[in-house]
Amino acid sequence: MLQHPGITTTDVDTTKAVAVLALDKVTKTFPGVKALSEVSLSLYPGKVTALIGENGAGKSTVVKILTGIYQPDGGQILVDDKPTPFSVPQAAATHGVTAIHQETVLFDELSVAENIFLGHAPRNKFGLIDLAAMTEKARALLSGIGADIDPATKLKDLGIASKHLVAIGRALSIDARVVIMDEPTAALSHKEIEELYELVESLKAQGKAILFISHKFDEIFRIADNFTVFRDGQLVGDGAIADVTEAALVKMMVGRDVSQIFPQRTPNVADTVLSVSGYSHPTEFEDISFELSKGEILGFYGLVGAGRSEFMQALFGITRTSAGATEIDGAPVQIRSPADAVDNGIVYVPEDRGKQGAILDLPIFQNVTLPSLGRISSKGFLKLAEEFALARSYAERLDLRAASLDTHVGNLSGGNQQKVVIAKWLATQPKVIILDEPTKGVDIGSKAAVHQFMAELAAEGLAVIMVSSEIPEVLGMSDRVIVMREGRIVAELADDDLKPETLVRHAAGI
Amino acid sequence: MLKRLITSREALLVGAIGLLLILISTRFSGFAAPSNLANVFNDTSPLILLAIGQMIVILTKCIDLSVAANLALTGMVVSMINVAMPGLPIIFIVAIAIGLGAVLGMFNGILVWKLQIPPIVVTLGTMTIFRGMIFLLSDGKWVNSHEMSPAFKAFPRAEVLGLPVLSWIAILAVIVFSIVMTRTTLGRAFYAAGGNPHAATYAGINVGKTQFWAFTISGALAGLTGYLWVSRFAVAYVDIAGGFELDVVAACVIGGVSIMGGIGTVAGALLGALFLGIIKNALPVVDISPFWQLAISGGAIIIAVILNAQANRKKGRIILKQAEQAS
Repeated sequence: MLQHPGITTTDVDTTKAVAVLALDKVTKTFPGVKALSEVSLSLYPGKVTALIGENGAGKSTVVKILTGIYQPDGGQILVDDKPTPFSVPQAAATHGVTAIHQETVLFDELSVAENIFLGHAPRNKFGLIDLAAMTEKARALLSGIGADIDPATKLKDLGIASKHLVAIGRALSIDARVVIMDEPTAALSHKEIEELYELVESLKAQGKAILFISHKFDEIFRIADNFTVFRDGQLVGDGAIADVTEAALVKMMVGRDVSQIFPQRTPNVADTVLSVSGYSHPTEFEDISFELSKGEILGFYGLVGAGRSEFMQALFGITRTSAGATEIDGAPVQIRSPADAVDNGIVYVPEDRGKQGAILDLPIFQNVTLPSLGRISSKGFLKLAEEFALARSYAERLDLRAASLDTHVGNLSGGNQQKVVIAKWLATQPKVIILDEPTKGVDIGSKAAVHQFMAELAAEGLAVIMVSSEIPEVLGMSDRVIVMREGRIVAELADDDLKPETLVRHAAGI
Repeated sequence: MLKRLITSREALLVGAIGLLLILISTRFSGFAAPSNLANVFNDTSPLILLAIGQMIVILTKCIDLSVAANLALTGMVVSMINVAMPGLPIIFIVAIAIGLGAVLGMFNGILVWKLQIPPIVVTLGTMTIFRGMIFLLSDGKWVNSHEMSPAFKAFPRAEVLGLPVLSWIAILAVIVFSIVMTRTTLGRAFYAAGGNPHAATYAGINVGKTQFWAFTISGALAGLTGYLWVSRFAVAYVDIAGGFELDVVAACVIGGVSIMGGIGTVAGALLGALFLGIIKNALPVVDISPFWQLAISGGAIIIAVILNAQANRKKGRIILKQAEQAS
């Protein structure tokens, strides 16, 4: 059965069961903006419901309403079919609703056990925290979900995947009935994602209701039972996953047909621009060597923790190396700092653009010209007219929409902020651009735009290095792929070797 | 839009200063007379000089608590040099003051940059060290007016175009640093390093080095002020300007400098210093008890912080696409 946008059907099975948690015609308005408009959503015990929608569709607002952080302006929250207002976050917790966020909200300086039991730690007869009991309970909980983590470890010493497991342990420790997972796989590697799937299955078996928010269709079809699609704050469809196709979901999501095909390019690979040999670091990577040509898109694939970002940061001069040489256009260069890298035509667009990208308190033009200040100044004095002209030309090229270039970046929408960051790097007129997870957490519509843009850069003769953990993206965009595992290059693939199985096999070392 | 808000915030401060002057005039009519205002400005000049340096340091997410101790140490050193060599031209005294102040600032800067010690800890430590050094240098003795050469004492008081040199130096510093902050790559680096250190690093800005230069400037201004202070008051001893660093930080905060870094202007620091200077000068003459004076100064600081916090509060994000296009 094909779903049509705007038509809501309900799966026959689920109507019989009572939803453990539901939203009934919930509306949420922010000053001047209707974030949610009469949306309904039902979560059933033992079922995984996927919440799907583009960025800005209202998914985060729903999570915040379900966890009591926001109050709905209209409609109601139903727990076991009974209207229950969640006036404070604790109210949601009392009713067994817990959320595992994209970026885990835990405490780095506390131990794993303390994180799990914060707020409801076991007490001894004096009313003090019973450390031994807490550690034991934490150990039992963690081994119950197949996590081999010492409860006494400080959280900051764990990797992202382990932190997720701790978050899940915490959810279980408060006897959650509803678990909300907000893009839980965004930062996980292939193997870790598989483990997460198993965990979701075991939570299902325990009768927990799960709300699973994700951009990735393969995982939605893999683990979800039901789906709910939002678009621009409205419910556009829901039902059973078994009754719907990927194309139909995409259509509901974007309200139009979107081809998920990557831009067609004819690689126009010319001279070698970057040559890296023997890059090594005492703990992160060893003997990384490769060459990169003008107009080429080189993909870097590997599991999270394979040392890709660490190597890129070293190439960009942020971290030091113990050995290694770089050549640009055949001439050896020394890169000891990011300033050296920018001067030599290498730029790095980091993964965490929020934190490492724009400076929100500065106006657009100052953000755009920040890495190019050397070019638009003489003896330390800025040439403001040149600065403005430089910023204007790149803002126009990227179709940046703002009242004026004087507007502070903090006042721009997320998409426009991203354009500021890209304009900033293009304005340095780089030879090599390193894109670290360029589409992480980006919705389908914007993803295509990013891919198109990458293709254009390559067509103009820029050499592009793309670090990505998404196999379709790596395969769809790269001319050549380097696979890294445990800090070493284990394969360099091109043409017919570029197959999903080959990538995964090399990355996992099977 | 935010820029307009900031300029309007400075306009607000100008308005507040105007209101304050009117209010004081009702109790003491002579206060707002130009000659008295010139006196108040001259009195406030040391605070203005230090506030400019402090503003730059705070901009880079640091704080310099050692400015008053730096001032006192530099003041003592130049006084002792003057006693030892009364014939040394004032221009050298000024150069030594700026140079020594800058070196003391660099010491702060190096500790913050190379050893990555939190600035509040570093400057709390150097504050005490500098005061201790004054004691060691002077054996706790004062350098009194009669020991200083006449030229040494006359320099800040000399009148040029109707204003004392001390005032002219403050005016000059406002102009120079307005240019540095808006028209140079270093000024831009101060804003970038404090506004978002991660992004600044990726843009090729050495955040630690930028902080080092901020401390150096703050130190140089403190050193210069050190000479001006001891020559104006014609005395140097261990405890001069004790606790003055807090007035300096307060002037910055009143002037809209964000204690979180990345936001602040020279004009803001100037206005914040003037606001504080006017209150301190006016309260005694309108017969308010010294204890109330402290409370009123403190109240002004808290009100300023509340206003800044309100202005900096993040606006809600626009979530819906159509709303974004409409706006």
